[in-house]
Amino acid sequence: MEGTAVRGRLSWQVATVGQVIDETAAVRTIELQAPDWAGHRAGQHLDVRLTAEDGYTAERSYSIASAPGEPVAITVERLEDGEVSPYLTEELRAGDDLELRGPIGGYFVWDGQHDIGPLLLVAGGSGVVPLRSILRHRERTGSAVPTRLLYSSRSLPDVIYRAELDRDNGGGVEVIYTLTRAQPPGWTGRAGRVNAAMLAEVAWPAGQEPLAFVCGPTPFVEAVAEGLVGLGYPPPRVKTERFGATGTGAAGGS
Amino acid sequence: MSPISRGFHGRRREPAGAEGRVPPGQYVTSDFPVLSAGPTPHTPLDQWTFSIRQEGTPTKTWTWTEMRALPAETVTVDIHCVTRWSKLDTQWQAVSLDTLLAQVEHNAEYVLAFSDGGYTTNLPLADITGGQAWVAFGYDGSPLPPEHGGPARLLVPHLYFWKSAKWVRGLELRDQDEPGFWETYGYHMYGDPWKEQRYAGD
Repeated sequence: MEGTAVRGRLSWQVATVGQVIDETAAVRTIELQAPDWAGHRAGQHLDVRLTAEDGYTAERSYSIASAPGEPVAITVERLEDGEVSPYLTEELRAGDDLELRGPIGGYFVWDGQHDIGPLLLVAGGSGVVPLRSILRHRERTGSAVPTRLLYSSRSLPDVIYRAELDRDNGGGVEVIYTLTRAQPPGWTGRAGRVNAAMLAEVAWPAGQEPLAFVCGPTPFVEAVAEGLVGLGYPPPRVKTERFGATGTGAAGGS
Repeated sequence: MSPISRGFHGRRREPAGAEGRVPPGQYVTSDFPVLSAGPTPHTPLDQWTFSIRQEGTPTKTWTWTEMRALPAETVTVDIHCVTRWSKLDTQWQAVSLDTLLAQVEHNAEYVLAFSDGGYTTNLPLADITGGQAWVAFGYDGSPLPPEHGGPARLLVPHLYFWKSAKWVRGLELRDQDEPGFWETYGYHMYGDPWKEQRYAGD
């Protein structure tokens, strides 16, 4: 099992909100100016802490949306019954302070230098966020590893980072969308949920020794991971991150 | 001193009966979220075993049938995930680790639990004896579903739930405390939710 050195204590630090970008009606990217940020790896997450005037605090984890070397950014989906995500997506604005600590996690990461075969990224909904960090890292480092992103969304307006994903991405990246609920007229992408048949068509053959990163809601990740294992992917080559139904932004380990 | 988050008031309130039961930084959920690092393993029960090992050698192994023949109890406990959800009054059908460890002679101080899929987690022996830890194979009166760690997982409810290893296949007895899977990646070696020991150094 691969490992990384255990870092020292992760201290809370104050970051200032820079640009905020509305990605979809319910999803916003928040760029943060964090002078004490020690850097991160593609796929890691961070913790955010909010403090109310009466001292009440709430913490959540969010996947990091930016590439290593870029200013740290998170992309947050508003959950209607959430406590933190409505604040981050509706109330927070440029110039506000936010407490964060991280980076956290060292398994669901892609550093680019240990590639055997091609890269398969499979996203469900806002599960695309850590995979976007990987794509940007791949482009910034000039990696030539052949890469496919299979990205499942409810409808076209729900696709996060669409303009960015539709451009060149440094070459060698195929983006395959599937829309599960509604497809616009003339839609030439895929329709319906990711299932074994779709994976058999889209995923790199197991013989090419691909490395897969799968991120999304639990049933999505369960289905995709099982599908990939069924296609012959060894389980250690299928890294997963699952979002609970409770507004958890990144995986821990339960 | 934390800066005040302008316009943030907080909306979560602990449900009735939760007072004093929710560790700092946690919120109560009625869902049962799933978090794991890879595909869910599916080991057939006729190939399943649970072993207690010393220095890599199994000193005692139970088959599924043997495990299920041991005295089991129904355990109702609160569980706390490091990703901040807590779930109250979860009900498990489980065999106490006291029952298993009583069948092995040893003077170890730590264990490394190991699972299908390569997952490991470290625990002090003092935390898994004395009625504090179980091998759980049932949840809410039904077989434990694979995505929640079935056929069997550890249940160590007084520590963050990543210590309750899913798909558990045994314990390696150790003299020294060595990090398991998430501990290697910066999570806390012990993981007491009441002290918010989420990450190394907390």
